[in-house]
Parts: sequence; structure tokens; C-alpha cells
Amino acid sequence: MSGQPEAILSVERIAVRFGGLVAISDMTFDVRNGEIVGLIGPNGAGKTTAFNVITGFQRPSSGEVRYRSRAVTGMKPHEIAKLGLVRTFQRTSVFQQRSVFQNVLTGLHCSGRSGLWDTMLQSSREKTCERELENAAHEILGFVGLEQRAGEQAGALPYGEQRLVGIALALAAKPTTLLLDEPVSGMNHSETARAIKLIEKISASGMTILLVEHDMQMVMQVCSRIVVLNYGRIIAEGTPAEIQNNPEVIRAYLGQGKKRA
Amino acid sequence: MDEFLQHVLNAIILGGTYALLGIGLTLIFGIMRVVNFTHGELYAFGAYCMYALVMLLGVNFFLALPLAMVLGTALGAIIELLLLNRLRGADIDTTMLVMIGAWIVMQNSEQLIWSGVALSINSPFPADPLVIGPLSVSWTRVYVFVIAFLLICAAYYLINRTTLGKAMRATFQDRDTAALMGVRIDHIYTATFALGSGLAAAAGALLGPVFVVNPTMGDLAASKAFAIVILGGLGNIKGATLGGFILAFVEEIGAGYVSSGYRDAMGFLLIILILLVRPTGLFAQKERVG
Amino acid sequence: MSRYLGWLFVAVLASVPLWLTDFYLLHILITTGIFVIAAMSLNLLLGYTGQLSLGHVAFFGIGAYTSALVSLGFDVHVLPEVTVGLAPKPAWFGVLCAIATSALTGYAIGKLSFRLRGAYFVIVSIGFAEVMRLVAVNWVELTQGPMALNNIPALTIGPAAFEISFLRKPAFYLLVLAVGVICYIVIARLVNSRAGRAMIALRENEVLARSLGIDVTRYLVLATMVSAGIAGLAGALYAHYIRIVDPDIFLFIYTVTMVIMVITGGKGTLAGPVVGGMTFGAVPEVLRAMEIQPEAQWIIYGVLMILIVYFLPRGIVPAVQAYFSGAKHEPANTAASAAPKVLQK
Repeated sequence: MSGQPEAILSVERIAVRFGGLVAISDMTFDVRNGEIVGLIGPNGAGKTTAFNVITGFQRPSSGEVRYRSRAVTGMKPHEIAKLGLVRTFQRTSVFQQRSVFQNVLTGLHCSGRSGLWDTMLQSSREKTCERELENAAHEILGFVGLEQRAGEQAGALPYGEQRLVGIALALAAKPTTLLLDEPVSGMNHSETARAIKLIEKISASGMTILLVEHDMQMVMQVCSRIVVLNYGRIIAEGTPAEIQNNPEVIRAYLGQGKKRA
Repeated sequence: MDEFLQHVLNAIILGGTYALLGIGLTLIFGIMRVVNFTHGELYAFGAYCMYALVMLLGVNFFLALPLAMVLGTALGAIIELLLLNRLRGADIDTTMLVMIGAWIVMQNSEQLIWSGVALSINSPFPADPLVIGPLSVSWTRVYVFVIAFLLICAAYYLINRTTLGKAMRATFQDRDTAALMGVRIDHIYTATFALGSGLAAAAGALLGPVFVVNPTMGDLAASKAFAIVILGGLGNIKGATLGGFILAFVEEIGAGYVSSGYRDAMGFLLIILILLVRPTGLFAQKERVG
Repeated sequence: MSRYLGWLFVAVLASVPLWLTDFYLLHILITTGIFVIAAMSLNLLLGYTGQLSLGHVAFFGIGAYTSALVSLGFDVHVLPEVTVGLAPKPAWFGVLCAIATSALTGYAIGKLSFRLRGAYFVIVSIGFAEVMRLVAVNWVELTQGPMALNNIPALTIGPAAFEISFLRKPAFYLLVLAVGVICYIVIARLVNSRAGRAMIALRENEVLARSLGIDVTRYLVLATMVSAGIAGLAGALYAHYIRIVDPDIFLFIYTVTMVIMVITGGKGTLAGPVVGGMTFGAVPEVLRAMEIQPEAQWIIYGVLMILIVYFLPRGIVPAVQAYFSGAKHEPANTAASAAPKVLQK
């Protein structure tokens, strides 16, 4: 283990049971600083449940999640998000009725510094803070490449761009680790390429990323390390090349196509 | 002790009709997710039907009840088809507002037609109560309890043993899947609303001769029905039945030993207390609503 | 542009006492104004934060009773031997107490209600108002029950020599207008701020809001407190205007009236409750002028409600907005959107 960067996120022996149904039986893996880790597995393997547990939306039946050496199991979702662990959603990933700009401004909520009195009195502090947030929102939109969509209603955008807004939202929350829930699912070829570029750009800026995906080509291309989940347990871990040749993984996916799992 | 037993007896008898009210509403609430403000008005409608049939048209007392119930069911179907059908997929407050509008129209129509005077319905039973040891109960109330009990059994049978009931339960559990399996959701909704309304009308027709009939009687009934639904959990008829009896019991004991002025508040206080502890109701299986 | 229109509107309203000599109409404007303030407060909770609160009249009534009791003074037995009392205080102090008491109630409701959602919350909120009504009816020692609290002092402000009295209608009208404008500004500033964005986020997609670090409970409680406080203020104004307060103030029908005003005007818009309030403040009067029986009036009321909901589902203000501009602008209010089904797979 020496020479490797410290684990920024560790999932330790997580189990999730819904009554008689075992969604996750025993999940243990790490994400190290600066990595892009892909969490893959056949349908029903427990990937989204894993996400929900890590981000506090689901209490595990047993086990621990640690973020930067701090136990976060059982913390509320908004507390975990404030620690820097931010996720995106696959469905309804944006505030549909609001403009793209208002979406990102909302995402910047925790960066705001002004209080209620400032708001009521419209003090100069309030105005300065609002301007700062607006500038930050423009920056994020520029980074994500959606500047020209700023005034449009988020729900009216084409699906691929909506997902990008979802990523912009997550970025606005100032994450140190970004959890992407099926970032390219449902996207066509060009949308996928655009999303991949953005994800690589985010990683290049130093962000640690954990993503769940079904699109194998995308995962092999983007991720530095892959963790494979099946029947609620990690069955393999390694580089894309290692995973592609792992007999257990192949067996898990047997009967399904090469590109999409 | 005798007094206590008398309260228990009163509660059991009242509880049956409360249960009817509650079952009707919990079905509508649970399956259709509609905040049905007209439920109380259907209760009043049932009572007024009884009055019109028995006192004005001279219909036989025992025949008038099923007639009132049929009329109530029909009215429920009309309301559903006329108002709610168009609102599929609208948000809950839009539907709520329409229901409130319907409630206003119905109650004031009743006021216009019948004026505010309290009306009473003659019961064919002897005036002397049935006496069992230290307890006494009027024959009318015994009749009410028996019929309510039969109707509750009928409702259970319908929900649990018939195809319609199966379709209703399927719609309650997962509307989209039920639709995929061939359930005609529109028909189920109409049937549910009609059935729930019919039960409310039955409750009103049963209690009309016991108490008096006036245009605002529906409001109190509605509030109790809502309380029962919360107690029992949305869509849970066992819960609603038990809830009806529990509410009657709490009211009787509360009114008897604490304060009669707050009798009607007992229900609300009870549900507020319970919901503080168990936000999904006493018996609910499903997670939070909405 | 709309800002100038707004101030122009206020100026026109302010000029009314100068030319309107019919005191009955002035009375209608005053009561409508009080209801508009209450409707604005409900809009904050219902329209902007998405809480289906149907017990709003509870805050209104608590404010009315608090202000009345503080300015009349009271003396109650909390235990057989122990009494709690308060000597009469100036009316303006009563109003402040009303705001505080209502806001505190709002705080409690906000904290507790978060565990209840959707239909459950609706029922409990109705139940709460009803319990308040029954307390007002039965706790006769404090509230005089159905006999009502009478002779509530009129509102006066200022030291004895320079006292401004709001006893006469024109003065009270201007007071209500001023309070209304202030409340409007407070709400407008709130919803357009960072806190307001959080409230709207909580309405739109609570799970998404949480995932961004927004403490939704905190903002729900904040919205409820501010909403309750303003409703309490409206109630206090009512108490010092009508100068009689009885338990009927807690009747569900008043909540219904406020809800109608908000939803038909356009929930989630700033102008909505104002437009809705003035419409449904005027409609009963128009109907009454046509000498229609009260029951028939209500029937027309109900039918009108249903029609507006069908034909202008988002309310009058958004319909007007959509008419004048394209639909590309951010719509001000919304249909309930489904939260992501987080436990799906």
C-alpha cells in the first residue's frame, strides 16, 4: 500500500437490507485522491444503492463510510454534501422549472455568506455577495460550456445538456469528490463525447471522481481504476485492462453485449 | 364501572359508522391521492336522502337505506367523471381547490334547498331502549351497528375477494404497473370514488335518524373521517376500521371524563399526537405520502 | 418597468381616501387589504416553499387573539390556586406580541411538520386550526368563548401629545396599505435572495436540494415562521379594526378564502395574492349588490373557483404574464415535479 495516495473515500463492509431483500451484502472499496473510479456491475447489482449510502440518502444496515478519515455514515445528506462529497442524479437531475442560471445559483447556495438581515435591508454586503455568486455561476457555466443556455428553462433543454446542467449544479456545490450517477446514460454519441470531455476536464483540475455507469466503452476510456459490483459484493478491482480480462467479471456479464452491460 | 361500560358500548356502536366513513375516505385518498373535501357532503347527502325518502316520499325505512346508498354512489361517480377526470396528472393543490369548490357548491345547495333547519327522521323502532343489565342502548343504534358491521364486511369482501377489488389494490400499490397489466385506471378511479362516496352516504343514512339532519353535519363528519384515515394510514382499510373504533372510543372517554366541549377536538389531538411519534400513521405500511 | 407600475399602483391606492367618500366601500377595501396581507403570507408557504398548509387561519387567529388579549389585559387560572395575568398594554405592543407569538407557533409547526408530507400535512394543518378554534370556544376564562373579546382598543402610535390614532377608517386604510407594502417588500426581498432560492429548491426538488448541501428543514422552518408572523400581523390588524374577536375567526372557510386568493391569483408569484385577493375581495361584494342570497353567492363563488382552476390553472397573474411575453421566460410558479426516485434500483 505504500507509495499510493491516501484513500479520500473509504467504503467499509457496507450492507443494505430491505426487509428480506439484500441490496448490498458486503461492499468494501476505496477511492484515492485524484482518481477517476468507475463502479460497474450488472443491473440490480446495487450500484445506485451504494451511491445513496455514501451520500447519506440511505442508511446502511451495517458498515462504515469514511470521507477524509471522518465517519459519515448516518449523517444527513446535506451535511455530507457540505463536507465536499457531492453527487449528481440520473433522473430529474436539475430544477426543471428554473432557468439554467438560477439552477447554478441555487447550487452555489453554500458559498453564500450574507444573512437574513442583509437580505431584508438590501445592504451593500448582500449586493456584493449576490454579485460574487452570479460571477461564480457564470464561471461554472463557462467551464461546463453552457454559457449560451444560461437564460433558458432547464427542463426545456435537450436531455444531454440537462445532464450537463446537473454536473454544473454539483460543481457549484464546491465538491472535493464528485459522484456521478450514470452521467452518460441515455445520451447519443455526440452528447456522450461532450460529457466525457467535461469529466476529463474536471478530473484534470484535481477533482476526485467516482462514477457509476453502464456504458463500458466510456468507463474503460475515462476511468483510471474500476470496481466491479455483483450481487451486492465487490468481485473485482483493477485497471481497465485487468478488469476486461478478469474471468469473474466476464462471467458476471455473460450473455450481455460487449459495449453496454 | 357501569358508566365506563356504557361509554364502551356507545363507542363500539358509533365506531362502526365512523369506520364506514373512514374506509370510504381512505380508499379515495389512498388510491387516487385526492384530498376529498366532498366526503362530508356525501355523508350529509345520504342523510338528506333518507329524510326525503322516508319523511317526504313515505318510502319504507329499511328500503330507504340501500336507496340512499345507491344514490350516494351515483353522485360520487358523477363528481368523479365531471370534475376529477379532467384533472388527471394535475398537482395536488389544483385537485384540492376543485374539491373545495365542489364542497362549497354542495353544502350551499343543500342549505338553499333544505334551509338550515334541523330535520329529524322517524325511526320505526320502539322508543324504549334495549336494556342489558346496567347498560342501555336504543334499538335504532343497534340497527345502525348491525348494518354498519354488514357494510364493513361487504367492503372487505369487495376489496379482497373480487376482481374489482384486486384491480383497486393493484392501482394503490403501483399505478403504472397496474396500467401496464391492463387495469383501466380511469374506471378504477371512478369506481373508487363512487364506492367511497357510497359508504359515506350510507354512514349518513344510518346516523341521520340517530342525530338530526342539517346542512353542516358533513363538516364534522369529514374532519373525523380525515382523522381516521391518518390514524389508520392511507389506503389501509383494516387501519381505517380500527381507527374508526379508536376515535369513537377516545371521543366517548374524553367527553365522558375530561370535557365534553372538547369532544370533537379529541380526534384531532389524537392524530396530531400520533403523527408526532409515527409520521406514517399507526398502521401504515407505505412510507410517507406525496 | 413593472417596478414603476407597482409604485404607481400603490400611489393610486394611497390616494383613495381623498376621493372615496363611501365608507362602506372603504371598509371593504380595508378588510380586503387585511386578507391580501394574509394571502401574501400564505403564498410564501404554499406558493414558494410548496407546503400544502390548510391551517393558515390558525396563525391569523392567534395573532388576533394575542393582540386583543395583550391590549385588553387578562387574568387566568393555570392551576386552581395560581393565576397568570397581564395588565392592559398599548395596542401597538399587542401587535408586536401577536407577530412574535404567531412566528413562534410557526417555528413549532415548521419543526414538527417536516416529518409529515403531502396529504398528511394537509390534514394535520386543518386539524390544528380546528383545535385552536375549540380552545377559543372552550377556554372561556381567557377568551370569553363565543361571547367574544369586545371593546378592543383602537391602534394608536406615539407619545400622548403626538398620538396618531387609527380609529377612523381613512387612517386605518392607509395603515393597512402601508403594512401591505412593507410585507410585500419583505417577501419580495426574501424570495429573490439566496434563502428564497433555497425555499424554491425545496419546493421543486427536495432531494436535489439536499444533495447540494441545502438544509431544507432550516428553510422550511424559516418560511413557516415568516409566513406565520405576517399572518399574525394581519390578524392583529383585524382585531384592532373590527375590535371584536370571536372563535369564528378560526373557521376553515377563512383559510379556504386565502387559499382561493393565492391559487387563483397565481401561487409562487409576488403579484398573485394581491390580484387574487382583490378579485375575491370584490366578488362577494358584487354578488351581494346584486341582491343574491348568501347561499347562492357561495355557490357562484365555488363555481367560479372551479372554472378558474380549469381555464387558468396556474392562476391569473401567470396567464397574463404568458400573454404579454413569450413562454420562454422562467415561469414563476410550477407544477409539482417528482423528486428523483432515489431508492429505485
